[in-house]
Amino acid sequence: MSINEPASVTLSESPGKIALRTLARDRRSWISLSILGVILLLALIAPFYASSIAHTDPFKSTLNATISVGGVTRQVLEPSTEGLGLGITPIGPTGRPGAYFLGADNQGRDVAARLLYGARNTLFIGVSAALVTILLSLLIGLIAGYRRGFVDSVLSRLLDVIWAFPVYLLSISLSVVLLTSGLSLGFIHFGPGSIALPIFIIGIVYIPYVARPIRGQVLALREREFVRAAVGSGAKHSTIIFREILPNVLPSVLVFIPIMFALAMLTESALSFLSIGVQPPQASWGTIINDGLGLLYTRPIVALAPGLLIVLTAASLNLFGDAVRDGLDPKTRPRGDS
Amino acid sequence: MTTFILKRIAAMFFVLFSISVLVFLIFFATPGVDPAARIAGRNADQLTLQQVRASFELDKPIPLRYLSMMNHLFVSQDLTSYVNRGAKVLPQLTQAIPATLSLVFGAAIIWLLVGIFMGIAAASSKRKWMDPTISFLGIVGISLPVYWLGEVVNLITQSKLHNSVFRWVPPLGYIPLTQNPWQWFLHLIFPWLTLALLYAGIYIRVLRSEILTVMREDYIKTERAKGAGEKRILYKHATRMSLITIVSLFGLDFGALVGGSALLTEVVFGIQGVGKLTFSALQNFDLPLIMATVMYASFFVVLANAVVDILYAVLDPRVRRV
Repeated sequence: MSINEPASVTLSESPGKIALRTLARDRRSWISLSILGVILLLALIAPFYASSIAHTDPFKSTLNATISVGGVTRQVLEPSTEGLGLGITPIGPTGRPGAYFLGADNQGRDVAARLLYGARNTLFIGVSAALVTILLSLLIGLIAGYRRGFVDSVLSRLLDVIWAFPVYLLSISLSVVLLTSGLSLGFIHFGPGSIALPIFIIGIVYIPYVARPIRGQVLALREREFVRAAVGSGAKHSTIIFREILPNVLPSVLVFIPIMFALAMLTESALSFLSIGVQPPQASWGTIINDGLGLLYTRPIVALAPGLLIVLTAASLNLFGDAVRDGLDPKTRPRGDS
Repeated sequence: MTTFILKRIAAMFFVLFSISVLVFLIFFATPGVDPAARIAGRNADQLTLQQVRASFELDKPIPLRYLSMMNHLFVSQDLTSYVNRGAKVLPQLTQAIPATLSLVFGAAIIWLLVGIFMGIAAASSKRKWMDPTISFLGIVGISLPVYWLGEVVNLITQSKLHNSVFRWVPPLGYIPLTQNPWQWFLHLIFPWLTLALLYAGIYIRVLRSEILTVMREDYIKTERAKGAGEKRILYKHATRMSLITIVSLFGLDFGALVGGSALLTEVVFGIQGVGKLTFSALQNFDLPLIMATVMYASFFVVLANAVVDILYAVLDPRVRRV
């Protein structure tokens, strides 16, 4: 047994176990995780859906295609019947499994299949950007809070600068610039249309929101007796940071994951909506909303469906975030449970 | 106290300076970005590029260009656009401000009223269904993409129900208050509600959890032991303490929104405000205009930050030592 572990053996469960148990008992975590599970599953079956159920290529414009709905052959892009009769209206939801279940967009692409492929990009960018934010924030927070003094001043001022830049303005500025030029980070190069760009951009802009509270916690922990004892006993800096401080900031870091995931996802969809996020022919829920804009009054489903999916996913993540927070914070736990 | 305020103001100018440098570098010094190529258009020949560089002073060293731009922006105030040559940038900005202020003020009133009322109700109601219901609304509020909500509102009020319930809704756009107050109100009512819904969600959640935290404090127990009524405890102590958090949060949100974060709402509802101006400047790579709008935006955010910090220091002497 090392010095770090409590001498008393009567303490039966670790805080982590208690938190997990509370989380498992919380109805909110089950509801949100089931919804997220279904959405993840939908994202995973995207290629299967496109090739075996809808029989279409969701990335190719099919302007002259026809399909047969209930024995009647219809054009995917029908001549418009509204207004002057100019232009075209894509086929609406067929309401039966198979091609064009949710109709087509104005390039004749299958909306349902694009939604599933879009889910992949949206979820992947959301979770990756959230992890980028959290890892970098953890690094900055630990260094600034632990080293204090000059290093802390420099890092904190840097955070202040990013913080004073409204998130959307900063991410839009970076996207506009990087989408034309791509990004070279030493030996890695991201091309102009790469989805690594939104991940990088969104990951950066939210750093102050996470790094500031972590730095504050580390500063406070630095003054605690057990850390001082470790310093006094001559432990290495890395040992103190990883064995004494990190385990104590980990709970708040965990709480941030679902919340940042939701925020990153919403930001990605906004950037894609402004057509400076995921680039065509790739899809994300934001780009599909953008595609549906011109069809809003004739084929509202194209813009409505991805938005509903965004709300559902973000709400589940936030709900799960609430459950995690309550599970990790003994103060909010119902009495008699801990 | 004076030292604290002076320090805070110095920090504010430092942040503003850094932001101006940062923006300048993002647009002028990112590897692979050539503003001259942007201005000259696609497939411009070398000669044209050189002319463009000379005429926009793009051939000078970066620090000089930065100083010259700051000089035109703040000292002589005659910075002109790259895209519409000769058009002054500052009048464009000042023209856009009233629309943004109208949008943000109206929305702020709605979200503060809704947020505070529902936050208190969620934290205190004896009815069992109340707290989960309001908390659920809060979650939906923070999970809605504001631009999408705006589109849905447009779909309903401009198309689907426009010939029945929402006949009175005017087409998208903005009418200045001075021109026609009633039309101003009608044009803004749905943008207000849309923007307010998101923030109401945030404020409900924050206020609810703040009140619940304060209610566990020792001095509340003391109050109770002294025999104070629950109503008095809730309003006089818990809510009042929690409102401090709300006030500081409001300062930051308001600053960011006035500074251009209302961009998505403005784009969706066709309001010619600062956000929309910034977005079109970004799309055109109109650097002088970007510089002006971003400096204006960060000025508001930084100012709001400083005001909140100073207010905090006034309220809580412990902060002054930091």
